[in-house]
Amino acid sequence: MSAEFKTSKPIYSQIADRIIQQFVRGELSPGEKLPSVREMAIQSGVNPNTIQRTYGELERLGVVETKRGQGTFMTEENDMKRKLRLDIQQEMIAAFIENMRSIGLEDREIHESVNRFLKEGESGHD
Amino acid sequence: MIELTHITKEYGKRKSLNDVTFTFEKGKVYGILGPNGSGKSTIMKMMAGLVYPSKGIVKVGEKKADRKIASNLAFLASEGMLYPSFKIDQMIDFFHSQYSDFSMEKAEELLVFMELDRHQKVSQLSKGQQGRLKLLLVLSRQTDVLLLDEPFMGLDPMVRDTIVKGLVSFIDYGKQTVIITTHEITEIEPVLEEAIVLEKGQIRAHCNVEEIREEQGLSILEWLKSTFKQEDVS
Repeated sequence: MSAEFKTSKPIYSQIADRIIQQFVRGELSPGEKLPSVREMAIQSGVNPNTIQRTYGELERLGVVETKRGQGTFMTEENDMKRKLRLDIQQEMIAAFIENMRSIGLEDREIHESVNRFLKEGESGHD
Repeated sequence: MIELTHITKEYGKRKSLNDVTFTFEKGKVYGILGPNGSGKSTIMKMMAGLVYPSKGIVKVGEKKADRKIASNLAFLASEGMLYPSFKIDQMIDFFHSQYSDFSMEKAEELLVFMELDRHQKVSQLSKGQQGRLKLLLVLSRQTDVLLLDEPFMGLDPMVRDTIVKGLVSFIDYGKQTVIITTHEITEIEPVLEEAIVLEKGQIRAHCNVEEIREEQGLSILEWLKSTFKQEDVS
């Protein structure tokens, strides 16, 4: 089945996010070859032009490298994975804090609540 | 490239299309969306050269659309494409004999992809199998233009998914101009580049699918609803 896409973001950037996440989780290794535009389009059930844009965007970010006549490869630059992991962390934290504030919690309370959760684990709330 | 210049189609007093002007660019994938009776099928039949406009000109490539246009255009009609007494392989042979651009190699690939049994009779096929066979027949041809009129009609979600995958796998992107009419917008959206909304025989809106997401954060279905809502209020 083709993957579902959120409406809030262009499809090309959602596929880029997915590739970055796979890289950070170690499902894609540095220097690994990505599927061709066509293959990736078939896997994701989208127009190949969309994948072309995804790869272009990832190249701009320095996450992938396109080698002429060979295809697209994950970067081998050492620092990239760490940098991407930090970026994702920042994004997730920002979204979490925004949510907590929107239900009226003070920063101090957010702090306490996170600490308690980490100590007791999820089971502590049951 | 397909050019529609001020086309109008009248059936008696009713106007099925009313002064439509539009250019479909080469190599792009278009969706024509709109409620029943909005003129979707008429526009498709006109581009296929099966229906002539009452006024205006339809040009496919450099040629005026008429019956002969079919030599460079594949048309998946919503009805009446298959012969019930034929077996699948007879249907394939028939198409092969009619169109010089029909590729037996592609047809063989598609038989596997669509999971069809060549010995089965058309009359014994389920709706889903018939939908897949129709797509096989048009995708096996190597034409500049591919017209699909309601390729998902009456098909379940699994078959629709197979059909979308088939399109992605077998369309010649950048070379083939593909035009699809449908109600099943969500499934086809990731394949489309441009969407056109028809209503009461006129083009109400035209957009680039990714731009709508980028600029307005909307899927085509949501955009469609918001477009129609705004108009209703004003």
